[in-house]
Amino acid sequence: MAIRQCAIYGKGGIGKSTTTQNLVAGLAELGMKVMIVGCDPKADSTRLILHAKAQNSIMEMAANAGSVEDLELEDVLKVGYRDIKCVESGGPEPGVGCAGRGVITAINFLEEEGAYTDDLDFVFYDVLGDVVCGGFAMPIRENKAQEIYIVCSGEMMAMYAANNIAKGIVKYASSGSVRLAGLICNSRNTAREDELIMELARQLGTQMIHFVPRDNVVQRAEIRRMTVIEYDPSAKQAQEYRDLAKKIIENKMFVIPKPITMEALEDLLMEFGLMDGEDESIIGKTAAEEAVA
Amino acid sequence: MTTMTHDETQALIQEVLEAYPEKAKKDRAKHLAVNDQSLEQSKKCIISNRKSLPGVMTVRGCAYAGSKGVVWGPIKDMIHLSHGPVGCGQYSRAGRRNYYVGHTGVNTFGTMNFTSDFQEKDIVFGGDKKLAKLIDEMNQLFPLAKGISVQSECPIGLIGDDIEAVSKKKGKELDKPIVPVRCEGFRGVSQSLGHHIANDAIRDWVIGNRDGDETFATTPYDVAVIGDYNIGGDAWASRILLEEMGLRVVAQWSGDGTLAEMELTPKVRLNLIHCYRSMNYISRHMEEKYGIPWMEYNFFGPTKIAESLRKIAAFFDETIQANAEKVIAKYEAEYQAIIAKYRPRLEGKRVMLYVGGLRPRHVIGAYEDLGMEVVGTGYEFAHNDDYDRTIKEMGNATLLYDDVTGYEFEEFVKKIKPDLIGSGIKEKYIFQKMGVPFRQMHSWDYSGPYHGYDGFAIFARDMDMTINNPCWKSMQAPWLKTADAESQTLAA
Repeated sequence: MAIRQCAIYGKGGIGKSTTTQNLVAGLAELGMKVMIVGCDPKADSTRLILHAKAQNSIMEMAANAGSVEDLELEDVLKVGYRDIKCVESGGPEPGVGCAGRGVITAINFLEEEGAYTDDLDFVFYDVLGDVVCGGFAMPIRENKAQEIYIVCSGEMMAMYAANNIAKGIVKYASSGSVRLAGLICNSRNTAREDELIMELARQLGTQMIHFVPRDNVVQRAEIRRMTVIEYDPSAKQAQEYRDLAKKIIENKMFVIPKPITMEALEDLLMEFGLMDGEDESIIGKTAAEEAVA
Repeated sequence: MTTMTHDETQALIQEVLEAYPEKAKKDRAKHLAVNDQSLEQSKKCIISNRKSLPGVMTVRGCAYAGSKGVVWGPIKDMIHLSHGPVGCGQYSRAGRRNYYVGHTGVNTFGTMNFTSDFQEKDIVFGGDKKLAKLIDEMNQLFPLAKGISVQSECPIGLIGDDIEAVSKKKGKELDKPIVPVRCEGFRGVSQSLGHHIANDAIRDWVIGNRDGDETFATTPYDVAVIGDYNIGGDAWASRILLEEMGLRVVAQWSGDGTLAEMELTPKVRLNLIHCYRSMNYISRHMEEKYGIPWMEYNFFGPTKIAESLRKIAAFFDETIQANAEKVIAKYEAEYQAIIAKYRPRLEGKRVMLYVGGLRPRHVIGAYEDLGMEVVGTGYEFAHNDDYDRTIKEMGNATLLYDDVTGYEFEEFVKKIKPDLIGSGIKEKYIFQKMGVPFRQMHSWDYSGPYHGYDGFAIFARDMDMTINNPCWKSMQAPWLKTADAESQTLAA
């Protein structure tokens, strides 16, 4: 069977890396061969699998060695929990250089060095929060990830980001075969969160593939640099990630999303009580002016 | 060929435009015009300094070319670092023929290529540390370099490297000017913006360096030559005339120029601008900040030289004015002999030009001194103030073409059938293969100088040996010749 390549996007801080690693652990438990490619200069996409602080990244090692041509695949590819293969693209410190180019260089290197072996069932790209430039869209270009999962929660900005990412997918979907495969709701315990995300998913033309409830065991496992499945296989949360893994294996719903307008998003938020109706009279009024009125 | 009328020239433009799709036709129509000397402002007939259309084979350069290649590159005692990948610097190395004296690699660096040779890791992690290291290395290897300019190639702007911070820090450490220049190639529509950016860098990092320093002994006859790039020695043939009339040339920009000369320029009485397009910015700045007047002059051909010498002398006292007349008189026999020798061979020949900064208008007088006529002219990267200055130099009903396309130029030549084309290396072989005599007017076709009286002698000789070269009579293979075609030449 061909390798299924999936990219995980979502607002910064939403829990993309944690969700990806826990879900990949679930896939591995089901006997799947998986590789994680971290596409974030912070290089924290594989630490729970490798029990490491941060994996040595391709770009960092290339800079030390002279150029990326001086590297061998085994230098950068580490194997962790249940034989999950791990790679980090890496990149510069904030404020210098070009992180996007780092992603492009790293993925090109992996392709040239034959990292995408036939025995793999899945490759997961864990991508920086915003698709700020062409480099961070590299994982969803031709012949790369075909399925995109967006991690979101019932908070306004997370949904706003999800809709924006859907817009980006439309651009690449119309010229290639990349498709939106679903929203993963990483719960923040807001009211009617599951209904809200299901409704957002419906309007985008996709599905909420799974609702991952909030559970402190995730943090307890993270402190130990472990996934929940490895740390406490019997925990209820471990079963949630197994369910998500199973749903992804069985997923057949791949769509070109229909991003919604700002107005439609605001209506949705108002319907679920996350936003008040717009009061035109207060726009542009300072606190002082309002006190007078 | 008889001279074309206004309507005929307009019809020719229309005919050539017909080949374009509607949108391109509309755009290109604004860049082609029939000259009308009665116009005061060129904006009534032509539009310039606009983005070139894709696919038209423009010969324009980029901002890096304008800064590194034109303005900064010839400053001989500084190292000009092509900051970025290796190609921009290497493929433009030593191509511009701006002559200089000095020991290359010791105290002058004009024809050498210095590059930071950006690699993938420099793009990803930024090149600031590498730049700092390079500056140290260059200073260590070439301690006689008076300063360093950092000429940005495209990636520097894309990744946002802070070359200003590095330059400032290193400049202080080494006690030498380190000048960051933001001339990334993607900026602007042509090399013209690069000239402006380079001028601004001179303004911000060089011009004020000796403000308040009165140790330099000035005279009332101090002038600076600005915008002469010393192609084939042009500036040398120019400055002797100024010196002979009693002026002291304190600075020469930037052909055979030095950092110290640039720094001393604010001390002069008058700035003399040859290439207005590339150096008017810094001249205007010195006028505003130091009250130094500036004037444009033209040292192509005896008529313009005499005119310019008198105009320059008018800024000074009667001694200088008398000297100017003496200089003109001194060379008169020489240039009259040249005219006597070459004018009969060149009389009535028609020329089409397509060049860069100032030559499309400045060389017209030199051709006219030889009895020739410029029937079409245009600029690669001019602004409308250049065309304002061109209208009066060109005859009525002649053709003006801005940022001309490969197609237009060829079609115009086919219809107008000039006896000579003066343009660049990219045009040269096309027109020679069409059987039209051609001179490169950027590099003087590896000849020169063409400025000054000395240059005029070489200019006249070169035009003659090109136009009257026997090779143009051999354009047809002998076995294809018919008896009566024997006397025909394609250039006729």
